[in-house]
Amino acid sequence: MMKKYSAVVIGGGSAGLAAGITLKENGIEDVLVIEKDDMVGGILNQCIHNGFGLHTFKEQMSGPAYAERFKVRAEEVGLNIKLKTMVTHIHEDRTIEYVNPQEGYVTIQADAIILAVGCYERNRGALAIPGQRPAGVYTAGQAQRYLNIDGYQVGSRVFILGSGDIGLIMARRMMLEGAKVYGVAEIMPYSNGLPRNIKQCLEDYDIPLYLSHTVTNIYGKDRLERIEVSKVDEKLRPIKGTEMYFDVDTLLLSVGLIPENHLGDEAGIAMDPRIKGPSVDENYMCSIEGFFACGNGLHVHDLVDYVTLQAQRAAMGAVHYLKNGKPQEKECRVMPGKGVLYTVPNRIHPHNIDKTVEFFFRINEPVDEAVITVRCGERVLRQVKKKYLVPSVMERMMFTAKQLADIDGDITFEMEAVSHDE
Amino acid sequence: MTNKVLTCVGCPAGCRINVEMEGDEIRTITGNTCPVGEQYARQEAVCPMRILTSTVRITGCPYRVLPVTTDREIPLASVDEVMEIIRSTVVKAPVSFEQVLIENVLGTGANVIASKSMPAA
Ligand SMILES: Cc1cc2nc3c(=O)[nH]c(=O)nc-3n(C[C@H](O)[C@H](O)[C@H](O)COP(=O)(O)OP(=O)(O)OC[C@H]3O[C@@H](n4cnc5c(N)ncnc54)[C@H](O)[C@@H]3O)c2cc1C
Ligand code: SF4
Repeated sequence: MMKKYSAVVIGGGSAGLAAGITLKENGIEDVLVIEKDDMVGGILNQCIHNGFGLHTFKEQMSGPAYAERFKVRAEEVGLNIKLKTMVTHIHEDRTIEYVNPQEGYVTIQADAIILAVGCYERNRGALAIPGQRPAGVYTAGQAQRYLNIDGYQVGSRVFILGSGDIGLIMARRMMLEGAKVYGVAEIMPYSNGLPRNIKQCLEDYDIPLYLSHTVTNIYGKDRLERIEVSKVDEKLRPIKGTEMYFDVDTLLLSVGLIPENHLGDEAGIAMDPRIKGPSVDENYMCSIEGFFACGNGLHVHDLVDYVTLQAQRAAMGAVHYLKNGKPQEKECRVMPGKGVLYTVPNRIHPHNIDKTVEFFFRINEPVDEAVITVRCGERVLRQVKKKYLVPSVMERMMFTAKQLADIDGDITFEMEAVSHDE
Repeated sequence: MTNKVLTCVGCPAGCRINVEMEGDEIRTITGNTCPVGEQYARQEAVCPMRILTSTVRITGCPYRVLPVTTDREIPLASVDEVMEIIRSTVVKAPVSFEQVLIENVLGTGANVIASKSMPAA
């Protein structure tokens, strides 16, 4: 007989733990969390820096400390977690195939499935830098894991390509461990990292940030020996004659994170190409009934507090679904307009909203001041002025069920920069 | 009157805080979203302080390193010296969550504590 659960959470990172705990707290008894690693916490375990949980716990914590809180809570509520267990396939009928050393290959059935699978890093293959393929080129997250969990030195002369947060955090981390970090190159004219990380990881340690620069060649036979860095023009093409050379043994790539969407993709869940994760509604339900998504497996987050919040909402969405089934009414799309990259959720059922719905969105370029307009056709639902917006910081906006009750068409989010003539 | 624009490192929101100074005296602080930001700006303008996180070697468990953090901020200027102490520290499992591993490190008043619990093998 196939074992059956009310809810199965795939992934035991901050999203999976929060979702599992919320399900238990709301009366769903047979919940299973499946985690492929030998510990829960996911990416938090390697993020030993602080800056987690300020909004949830009103104090600054390191990643492992934030994870510890949830681990303790999971034990309190008796959350059933299978470690060292990898989900290999999921199917439209909500069967799940997993494998682990004790049980081998197993298929189980769930009434609701929450995908909390995290994200993966883009790597060099995806970037196609010309040159040799020596050792010493890692993604920043790989290096972070070697150093912070496995306890191995990664290199002594370091350069970082891409100003994503993991790269910035690793720049500081490697300096502290006694390595020399020569610089960070970012192909865009602005950084993709959070302002606080530019400040406390680069400026605090006098590490140069080369904006509008990229790595154009890699040299070294067995181990990396040298890299070539060039300035790029507005079309992001390297400019001849601007080459600089750095004799480094390590190149870290911090060029972006992508939701781990292959399980969902294979099951036929519709993806939103803008976030590269599942398209979800106000309850975080995917295009296939009974599937929910949250955390970095839905869209890439920079604040763990929001991951926790979102996972709790997705779990409440699953609770709602387990009790009431799927919403019958027609859905409205929620779309990014001018200046906005994406919105999550990207569709809603206006009458299915339980009290409030919060939209997460990102803008597409840094602006000092902007007006955000949310509209339904010609009708303006909200208009707010905001200062210092950057793509690396996710924006949020909350609506009540009442405010959206009489929506009859698609909703769009737009951002228009305010220009000040001084 | 001089103006300093600081990026708050209190949390990932990274608010830009404007500090108006007259000589060594702070006149106004604007741009912070929460009280942490104001405190930060007040301190940053005179002596930058940071939480320091790292790892120490650990024996007696399957892992080689244990994540640690200072339990309060230390002067940015003493980070290098504190790192030398952290790098030469070896602890033994079991370690409990937030256990003090190095007391009053370098006389800063801050303790280096465990960021997670680590049972013995
Ligand atoms: C480098 C980095 C630095 C960050 N810094 C900060 C910060 O300073 N402050 C802050 O507030 N936030 C920060 N964040 C954001 C926040 O911590 C993360 O977004 C959040 O922890 C992600 O949680 P998650 O559960 O969605 O993903 P993850 O933590 O990645 O968890 C996903 C889990 O799913 C498991 N999994 C995946 N596929 C399978 C499968 N098929 N079978 C079984 N298990 C599977 C994985 O092993 C993993 O444990 C940072 C994020 C990153 C990446
Ligand atoms: S002022 Fe408050 S909200 Fe803004 S970055 Fe600092 S700690 Fe975060």
